[in-house]
Amino acid sequence: METSGSRSTAGRALPVVIRNIVKHYGAVRALDDVSLTVGQGEFVTLLGPSGSGKTTLLMTIAGFARPTAGSIVVGDTEVVRLPPHKRDIGMVFQNYALFPHMTVGENVAYPLRLRNKPKAETAERVEQVLDLVQLAGYGGRRVDQLSGGQRQRIALARAIVFEPRILLMDEPLSALDKQLRERMQIEIRRLHDRLGMTTIAVTHDQREALTMSDRVAVLHQGRLTQFDTPRRLYERPTNRFVAEFIGESSFLPVSIENGIARYGDTVLSLAEAPSGTAAQLLLLRPEKLLFLNGQAPGRATAVNRLQGTVTETVFQGESVLLTVRLQGGHEIHTRLPNRQLDSAAVPEIGAPIELGLAAEDALLVPGDR
Amino acid sequence: MAISTTAPHLTGEAHYLTELEQDARRERRQLFALCTPGLLLTMLLLFLPIGWLFWFSFIDADGNPTFEHYSRIWTEGAYVQIFIITFQISILVTAICVLLGYPVAYCLSQLPPKWSGLLLIGILLPFWTSLLVRTYAWLVLLQRRGIVNDTLIDLGIVQQPLPLVHNMTGTIIGMVHIMIPFLVLPLYASMKSIDGTYLRAAANLGASPTRAFWEIYLPLSLPGLVAGLVLTFILCLGFYITPAVLGGGRVQMIAQRIEASVHLYPTWGPASALGVVLLLLTTLILLASHWLLGRWRRRLG
Repeated sequence: METSGSRSTAGRALPVVIRNIVKHYGAVRALDDVSLTVGQGEFVTLLGPSGSGKTTLLMTIAGFARPTAGSIVVGDTEVVRLPPHKRDIGMVFQNYALFPHMTVGENVAYPLRLRNKPKAETAERVEQVLDLVQLAGYGGRRVDQLSGGQRQRIALARAIVFEPRILLMDEPLSALDKQLRERMQIEIRRLHDRLGMTTIAVTHDQREALTMSDRVAVLHQGRLTQFDTPRRLYERPTNRFVAEFIGESSFLPVSIENGIARYGDTVLSLAEAPSGTAAQLLLLRPEKLLFLNGQAPGRATAVNRLQGTVTETVFQGESVLLTVRLQGGHEIHTRLPNRQLDSAAVPEIGAPIELGLAAEDALLVPGDR
Repeated sequence: MAISTTAPHLTGEAHYLTELEQDARRERRQLFALCTPGLLLTMLLLFLPIGWLFWFSFIDADGNPTFEHYSRIWTEGAYVQIFIITFQISILVTAICVLLGYPVAYCLSQLPPKWSGLLLIGILLPFWTSLLVRTYAWLVLLQRRGIVNDTLIDLGIVQQPLPLVHNMTGTIIGMVHIMIPFLVLPLYASMKSIDGTYLRAAANLGASPTRAFWEIYLPLSLPGLVAGLVLTFILCLGFYITPAVLGGGRVQMIAQRIEASVHLYPTWGPASALGVVLLLLTTLILLASHWLLGRWRRRLG
């Protein structure tokens, strides 16, 4: 590893196979038979609300929580019985956990010191990694002299300096303000692409998950509900929870008879033919809805038409959020992009409105969560 | 027009601000006035006696100024010997307290609150009985035919009763017992505030529990340890009852010497001089430890 000069700062890229992990806390099932495979060099985010088990899963990988049952294989090593200090897994903690009695350089050098690396090599590696996180020359500083963003980078530097088998991140950006957080998301993604390390992060922020990850694992009540690319999670959620948790959404009840889906009396054209006979929900993303107002949709494919009246308009900068009460009595949300405000006046409250949903955007999800 | 309307408005605002500032100052003065009775009482009760102590130490039997009391401390070997013994005992007692107290405080800080609360009561319980009672209890336990010696002889561990009391051993056993809460409590408080994530981070980076303790936990607990250590040491320096009772006259510390001086000499002078020296030594140690702690805290941030 040390000999390949061009990739000397890179970690190892090992796959992680998590099989049937169960974790009980008394009667509570924090993790209920979770299995997932993270490919080598992949960036996977565990996403879910608090209490979904995402942090517990990360802690079992790091070795701070012992699962009730299951197996975790990193590379070709079963780690589930190893104590944390023998796992060789790097981790960025939520509050960074930089040691206050050590300088920045001593913090980053600590894992190398524990591995009895020669002094000269340690110093060189520390400089390399500090350079990588764009904090070259900060080695002599005290931890409390760093800003939040700098601490975050140092925590990252300390977690990768010893070339761990994989990298874990526990809500790595939650302590930062919004602007810095968004910048760091891109930066972490770039760093990951450069190092090619297998990375597993935890977050409750869906936007952060979509921004940074190759694939996102959505957890809900201790179960894995969907594990997919950001694009597919958003465009093709397989259940109501994922559709609701990621992005904005409204739902309409749909009845299915003889392979024909209806909302009220309206027959719907869908992306995929409906299966089964159980009632399902039509997922509406606000930005996918078209404003028709009597015009032809001007599209080749079929468009579902929905009539209603505007009940609320909220200007939010990049768009206007409209609440529309459909003729069936259901309330849905839609967005009028700022760019269209010149051509289309913001509808007044009480005005009739006709919305369109292209067949390829019309997706059904099971009604139960 | 815009300018002409804003300008007077601004000066009006500035005027208003100074009035607000005056108001704030008046309020601060009034609040300070509320403290004065307490402040005066403290001055009266603290500085007056200490002033008296200093005054007496510099006058002789006829009321003339003199350095005689201090020069006697320097020149007479017995006094120097007493100071040396006092420091020896204090250092030894503090060291034993650290060795016994650190693991206790560590256990307390790691236990769930329910258990640590119960054990803390155990540590504080001795405070509910008088110091004298506890000291005499040790006398009973440690004497020639006391429980400790009887048990040791019954078990066949020793043939003759051990000399456990009326000597240095008894003094130190008694003092450690009295002093240990003063070390454990500040240490426990400081250990409680150490974030467990630091140890997790150390383990994650590859530190075995032993190394994580020595390289992460111990340095982070040092401020509390030093605080407890200084408190214990200073209390030891001026300790009277336990050495007097358990030392059986064979162990003499400064406090006993001061007491003896009061009986021995017709004036307060010699005793006052010893008191002043003890006070100055204590102050010096406090200042030194404060400076050390300050440096360490600045490093910890």
